[in-house]
Amino acid sequence: MAEAGAYLRLAAAWFRSAAQYPLSLALLTLSQVGAAMSSVLAIVFVFGHARVLSGFDLGDVLFLYALSGLAFGLADFAFGSVEQLGTHIRTGTLDTMLVRPVSVLVQIAVDRFSPRRLGKVVPAAITLCYALPRLDTDWTPARIAMVPATVLCGAAICTAIWILGASLQFYVTEAREAANSVTYGGSALTEYPLSIYGQDVMRVVTFVVPLAFVNWQPALFILDRPDPLGLPEWVRFAAPAVAVALLACAALVWRTGMRRYASTGS
Amino acid sequence: MTAPSAPVIDAEGVGKEFVLRRRTRGLRRAATRVPAVSEVSFTVRPGETVGYLGPNGAGKSTTLKMLVGILTPTAGRLRVAGLEPARQRTELAYRIGVVFGQRTTLWWDLPLRDSFALLRRMYRVPAAEHRARLEELVELLELAPFLATPVRQLSLGQRMRGDLTAALLHDPSLLVLDEPTIGLDVVSKAAVRDFLRRMNAERGTTILLTTHDLGDVERLCRRVMVIDHGRVAFDGDLAGLRALAPVPRTLVVDLAAPAPPIDVPGARVIRTDGPRQWLELAGNPAAVIARVSHDHEIADLTLREPDIEDVVTRLYRERPDPSAPAIAGDVRHNVE
Repeated sequence: MAEAGAYLRLAAAWFRSAAQYPLSLALLTLSQVGAAMSSVLAIVFVFGHARVLSGFDLGDVLFLYALSGLAFGLADFAFGSVEQLGTHIRTGTLDTMLVRPVSVLVQIAVDRFSPRRLGKVVPAAITLCYALPRLDTDWTPARIAMVPATVLCGAAICTAIWILGASLQFYVTEAREAANSVTYGGSALTEYPLSIYGQDVMRVVTFVVPLAFVNWQPALFILDRPDPLGLPEWVRFAAPAVAVALLACAALVWRTGMRRYASTGS
Repeated sequence: MTAPSAPVIDAEGVGKEFVLRRRTRGLRRAATRVPAVSEVSFTVRPGETVGYLGPNGAGKSTTLKMLVGILTPTAGRLRVAGLEPARQRTELAYRIGVVFGQRTTLWWDLPLRDSFALLRRMYRVPAAEHRARLEELVELLELAPFLATPVRQLSLGQRMRGDLTAALLHDPSLLVLDEPTIGLDVVSKAAVRDFLRRMNAERGTTILLTTHDLGDVERLCRRVMVIDHGRVAFDGDLAGLRALAPVPRTLVVDLAAPAPPIDVPGARVIRTDGPRQWLELAGNPAAVIARVSHDHEIADLTLREPDIEDVVTRLYRERPDPSAPAIAGDVRHNVE
């Protein structure tokens, strides 16, 4: 795909630019890793008091956290800067992007690309390595395959949510905060078992903003737990379909927003 | 590719209407159609240098944005380098270079060199070709000392030279410049003009530029188009425009001490402010200057060329167009 190629070419150029200041790059990356580690510590702290949380022990919750952290971290790593769309519209940099022969989405996503964005992914990956051997489950081939598939689909769902949130800024330039409540808020929400939030929240994140498919539903299959909402078995395998549908929706909304910009110029 | 004689820009009845939605009473919303550009028709042939002039709010930027594919026209037919800009924006980007004088297309935090490297990857210019072209542009624009400087630390003139380099690295056949000399000092202005003239003469690069600076037009543009109220009001050379709307030059005289209005033939005092007097010149400034300096003790003298805005304003005063549509946006005449 031409867009993926352009993304990689530009990411390499940005990386080379960032790497000219190795110390600053290392410190920024470390500070990001540190910030992300704090949520792991919060989970461990919670379990100092309660050994089991709504049927999930420390290992289970760390596993859920790791899946969520990886999905959001990877989406943020590759596409997080699309939330800057409003700024690009306001300052006119969107116009300069429009006169270049690369997709605007790619240009915004790769803008200021730096490996320090991996800061959120690293602690999640370490946590996953720590949690996997401590899970009390029957590791069938299907369950093993489900782990990378969940990370992949989760990242795709989060990417779609980032892009959908950003597209709102074509209509309301100040929409960033509202979108953040879903992106960052969603990331924080899915770090814990959804069952602790009660049925209403679970319904919302299953049927309205499908965050439940980032980690919760696939994890129910991997950990072999019953669904508190009593949803049918196949829902646990719906993440790829949800990801594809959501990405298609994001692409459509983005394109509509771009077309609107071309007719109004603001 | 287009045939060599085919126009680079071919606009036929191009128009752009914005729809303004306003909340009236309660939740009712009224839509007003505001024409920014209406029925603009012109062609630009390869190798031409065209000045696109007009007062603020006349539709210059809107036209430019349609030409480069940022905005979709609401009427007419537009072809640039044989392509339909809004629909084939990406393909068109390879063939045109765009410079916005008011904002940079470079990356604020990156050294110039890194910005150029990013652009090479965007336009997929082979490394050897890129190096050769960059070397040439860096030499012509004397950019070598700033290549490692982040863009935010560059002066406006240095930045503009960087922007020109960025716009030309992929060797476009059409260069579109929006106010390329705005805010520049005299030396930088001259450097930018010389460079553009050279690009046009040696490479045959077609240039379309908007400007408020008569100097730009005089030194660069063999052809001038004036747009006002969204329509092309004049298309010809600068001499033709001046003949149509003559605007006298002004002599600003600073006398050693305040005095009654100077009375010399060939000049008329239009304003006084303490020891300073403004004289509108009817003919040869040399004769007037000689006469004034003979009659008075003078501290300073400045000869002020008419601003392009003055010429355009005059053009409209001379030939008011009753069929002109309602004023699009707010029209401010920037007369210094």
